[in-house]
Formats: sequence, structure tokens, C-alpha cells
Amino acid sequence: MKFNRSILSAFLFGSVVFLASCQDQKKLPILGPREAATIKNADGSTSVDTVYKTIPAFSFLNQDSVYINNDTFKDKIYIADFFFTSCTTICPTMHRSMKTIFDKYKDNPDVMFLSHTIDFKYDHPSVLKKYAQKLGVDGPKWQFAYGSKDSIYKIAEKDYLVAVIEDSTAKEGYVHQGWLILIDKQKRIRGAYDGTNPEQVAQLTRDIPVLLAEDKK
Amino acid sequence: MRKLVLSTLFLITIATMIYSCQSSEQLKQDIYYANGRDLYIKHCQNCHGSKGEGLNALAPPLTDTVFLKENKEKIACFIKNGASGPITVNGKKYDGKMPDFATLANIDIAQIVVYITNTYGNKQGMYTPEQIAEDLKNCR
Repeated sequence: MKFNRSILSAFLFGSVVFLASCQDQKKLPILGPREAATIKNADGSTSVDTVYKTIPAFSFLNQDSVYINNDTFKDKIYIADFFFTSCTTICPTMHRSMKTIFDKYKDNPDVMFLSHTIDFKYDHPSVLKKYAQKLGVDGPKWQFAYGSKDSIYKIAEKDYLVAVIEDSTAKEGYVHQGWLILIDKQKRIRGAYDGTNPEQVAQLTRDIPVLLAEDKK
Repeated sequence: MRKLVLSTLFLITIATMIYSCQSSEQLKQDIYYANGRDLYIKHCQNCHGSKGEGLNALAPPLTDTVFLKENKEKIACFIKNGASGPITVNGKKYDGKMPDFATLANIDIAQIVVYITNTYGNKQGMYTPEQIAEDLKNCR
């Protein structure tokens, strides 16, 4: 009897482990506001589905004075941020972190980078080009976007959920947050990491493979 | 036995006194170095890096001991007034702009100079606020 019990408990333990391993792999959360929408199914019935926040269509000039838009990032995951080239406070740290990740995924075509400048007065494409060259990342993988103040500030605050302000009382003229925003292939926000905080950047480094694995299935 | 203990204590006390006399200069430099490190983290590290490695071609490294030695009296000017135009560090050309840190006092600048000239492979010793004041008079 005693023997039977130990077999039983071993069996129970084994099945719990087995079931636990069957669960889905770790998934990143989907961030931002969401709403419930009624959708029509193929058979004519209706059901309710969740509509997540996505990055809307955009069109900006890049460092080569070529227009980039959503399709530039089609079927890619990308990391977006907001900066300006003459920024000497948080931007160098953010881009140092991003460059480390850039170097790591140099040969992975599924990962891209998008930096928007918020200095619409000075950071024209030629300035961005020089900056990219000096950072050592000039190429199609890391896009530097230049746009009108309205378009950039709107997409920052409404879509990437990053606060950016032109502030004449600030020493360098602009105030902004240092988030690195992780966007998936469906253009949804999957993570926001403080680019000046090494621990959060390490978390981003760990989350990228998770997001890449998710799309593989 | 008692004599032995007493004389040992006496010797230790004397030795400590002599040692602390000798290192008061060193102690001052260490204080400058530690404060300089805090100031460096606050004002300089985001561009020049936590190991003084710089940031690609955007910000030069602070590891060029020869450059730091030859331009030591210019460092105060670079920090106080900012710097621009091409410079050559470690055989590499840098053509960028460094912002000014006009609000830093001479003693802050001295502490930063002590820090950067005694770390990252540099070992140039003490630098005083008086020397900084002198350097700042000769800024171009």
C-alpha cells in the first residue's frame, strides 16, 4: 500500500510538471489603450474582439532625405525613440544603449531601429546623416526620422506615448522622455524601457528574443 | 611584559601619526578624486562613458594619456566654456561640439580634472582650484 502511494504521488508530480511545461511560452504584454469592437464573422454572426492600439501610418524624411513610412518597417519589429542631435543629457546614454543592441542584431533583418528628432529647427536630414555616421550606425537598419513639429510631436504623444516638449526655458530648448519603445510586427506597443537605466535596457535585450520567437510560430 | 605591551602601543601610535602626516596630501587628492567621480557621473558620463571610452565619433575618449598631459591646462576651459572644432585624440579626429558647464565652480572643475587625470590609465596627481583659476584666465 505504501509502495502504491509513492507511485501515485510520483505520477501526480510528474503530470503537474508535464502540464506546466505545456503552457504557452512567456509573452510580452500589449501596451496602450484598447477597446472592444463588434466584428462580423465569416458566417454572418457577430462577436466582440479587442482592438489594440497600433502605430498609425506615417511619412517622414530619413537621414538620406528619402521618405520612410509604415512599409519601411513591414514585417519587422523595431525600437523607436525620440531625441535630438545637440542633446547632451539623456540622448547619448539612450543611443549608447541602443547601439549595443544594434550591434547585437546587426545581422538579423527582422530587427530595426527608428529615432525621431524633436529638433525640427536644426536637425535636418543632412544633420541626421552626420550624426548617424558619427554614431557608426549609418545604414537602412537604423532610420533617423525628420518631420514637421506637428507630425513628430503628435505621433510621440498620441501613439508612442512619449512626452516631448519644446521648452525655451530648458538649456537645450527641448524636454523629452528617454523611453525606448518596442513595436511588434502588427505595429503594437509591446514594451517601453527607460534608455538611461541599464537594468531596463537589459530587460529590453531579454525581451527582443521573446518577441521574435512569438512571430516565428 | 607590561613594558613590552606599553612600548608596542607607543610605537604603533607614533607610526600612525607619521603615516597620517605623510598622507594628508594624498588624502586631499583622494577626496578630490571621489568628489570628481560623482561630478563626472553627473555631468560627463552620458557622453564620455562610464569607462571614459567616449561615444564612437561623437564624443572623444578620455583614455589618451598623452593628450591629457599636453592639454592639461586647457581642460578647465573645455569644461567651463565648452569646446568645438576638430581635435585629435588617440590618433582619431573628432569634430563635434561639447557643451559648456558654466555653472561649475573652480573647485568642482579641479575635482573633475583630478578624477579624469588619475583614472582610465592616467596617473597625474593633484590639481588645485588655484591652478584652475589660472588656467581659466588663459582660455582662448
